[in-house]
Amino acid sequence: MADLSVKIAGVKFNNPLIAASGTFGFGREYGEFYPLEKFGGISCKGITLERRSGNPPPRIAETPSGILNAVGLQNPGVDVFIKDDLPWLKRQNTVVIANIAGNTQEEYCEMAEKLSDSDVDMIEMNISCPNVKSGGVQFGTSCESVGEITSAVRRHCKKPLIVKLSPNVTDISEIAKSAEAGGADAVSMINTITGMRIDINSRRPIIHNNTGGMSGPAVFPVAVRMVWQAANAINIPIIGMGGISTWQDAVEMLIAGASALQIGTILFSDPYAPIKINEGLNEYLDKNGIESITQLTGTIKPW
Amino acid sequence: MKYDTGMFTLLSNEQIADGIFDMRVKNKKIAELAKCGQFAHIYVPSKTLRRPISVCDSVNGVLRLVYQVKGEGTRLMSLMKPGDTVDILAPLGNGFNIHKGKRYCLIGGGIGVPPMLFTAKQTENPLVITGFRSKDLVILQNDFKNAGAELVLTTDDGSAGVHGFVTDVLKNRINDFDEVCACGPAPMLKSIAQVCRENGKPCQISLEERMGCGIGACLVCAVKIRKNGEEIMQHVCKDGPVFNAEEVVF
Repeated sequence: MADLSVKIAGVKFNNPLIAASGTFGFGREYGEFYPLEKFGGISCKGITLERRSGNPPPRIAETPSGILNAVGLQNPGVDVFIKDDLPWLKRQNTVVIANIAGNTQEEYCEMAEKLSDSDVDMIEMNISCPNVKSGGVQFGTSCESVGEITSAVRRHCKKPLIVKLSPNVTDISEIAKSAEAGGADAVSMINTITGMRIDINSRRPIIHNNTGGMSGPAVFPVAVRMVWQAANAINIPIIGMGGISTWQDAVEMLIAGASALQIGTILFSDPYAPIKINEGLNEYLDKNGIESITQLTGTIKPW
Repeated sequence: MKYDTGMFTLLSNEQIADGIFDMRVKNKKIAELAKCGQFAHIYVPSKTLRRPISVCDSVNGVLRLVYQVKGEGTRLMSLMKPGDTVDILAPLGNGFNIHKGKRYCLIGGGIGVPPMLFTAKQTENPLVITGFRSKDLVILQNDFKNAGAELVLTTDDGSAGVHGFVTDVLKNRINDFDEVCACGPAPMLKSIAQVCRENGKPCQISLEERMGCGIGACLVCAVKIRKNGEEIMQHVCKDGPVFNAEEVVF
């Protein structure tokens, strides 16, 4: 039995798998299948300062080996999250990560302050949501804005701070460096890739928001490439995500440079995926005589 | 256990009308949890998303799923063969609320007809109104008769049964029942909701929306609901698929 535990910014995860924000709500629905401690951590549905009702439907479309979504950050607001969901989550014996999104830098800072006084274990700053009109991805696509918002939130945030990066940029290494320079304890990547599908009969986009964020196996090679590039550029840990569906994908992402992993879209077809992936990881480590999963991170031998 | 994934054995999968298939799958533990108006989320190999299909019937551990081939996923479903193993997440959502002692009018339009069969079996002497575009698409008439329903068939083009819409029949029979349960295309449900409101009849409607997880975590299958004067987003998979028609913002 290999050691699957990892440590990110001083926080211990019993295994490297974290439920990806937006695919998992606040955990209760998947708690019907298995105890949530099967996950090393849970990144909660993105929350905003005030309640948001999100975009009109349709909010999802299937693509070859993937999906597009544009939920638009529907959530009950940070105060309701702290009062109604956090106490339950804290009893699940897993790391609780609050994912925050805002329209302005001030909103991010105010939420970071509120959550710093709460029981969340970590904060993941979402500056990469492609599906809202203001805020979201606009903070995540230039090095200046990434550096500025990260250092501003850092000043208000007493919890370990993860910055979630957008893949919709020209140079991910430079963006990752800006997050590190701004004071991030870790980065998570990749958020979804902006995409679009059109109904050829009605000539309308399938998603009401016209464009949506693409996830699932189709984006996995892009995610692996970006994690590898970022790992070459920064010294803080990377939480890798983007289409991880099997234990082999998980191993690949770790080798590319990730220290922990998030999984999301695979849960829609297989809610039991985290259990299968952890079993596969354990077998792979045992078979290869590797004692700890941390020994895989960044072991790529590039040509 | 409210719901779970399980391996079902496919017993049969036959075409019963133009593009409409009747699938029977067995898994005693999960099938027996199903209530009328709930749905099953079908895994289709090679597809990223499951396909939500309403439960047409559940007898002795066998789920009956009557579905229409609409795209690639349902086309692949139609190719599944007896003996195949099908991965299904079920039962999901909240079904119809049936009260003893009431007479129900159950209305189905097109591929919205199948869930009304399971519902008919849970009610006493229901008035069932089924509507289809034309004769080629008519399904489940004998099943409703065997369930003891008073059955009315309508077609839009008059090629079978009454020429007209289900709402025409609904208006004529409005004094013959206490409550309506309906499933079908949104314009039909909107008209039914309006007729019921004008006549003071309670009405439950089953809605459809493009869906992800099926259990209420991903929040994609949103529907606008009015509660206490406030409009909020609820979700077809977890809060529905059945909603109080009075609360739905069409």
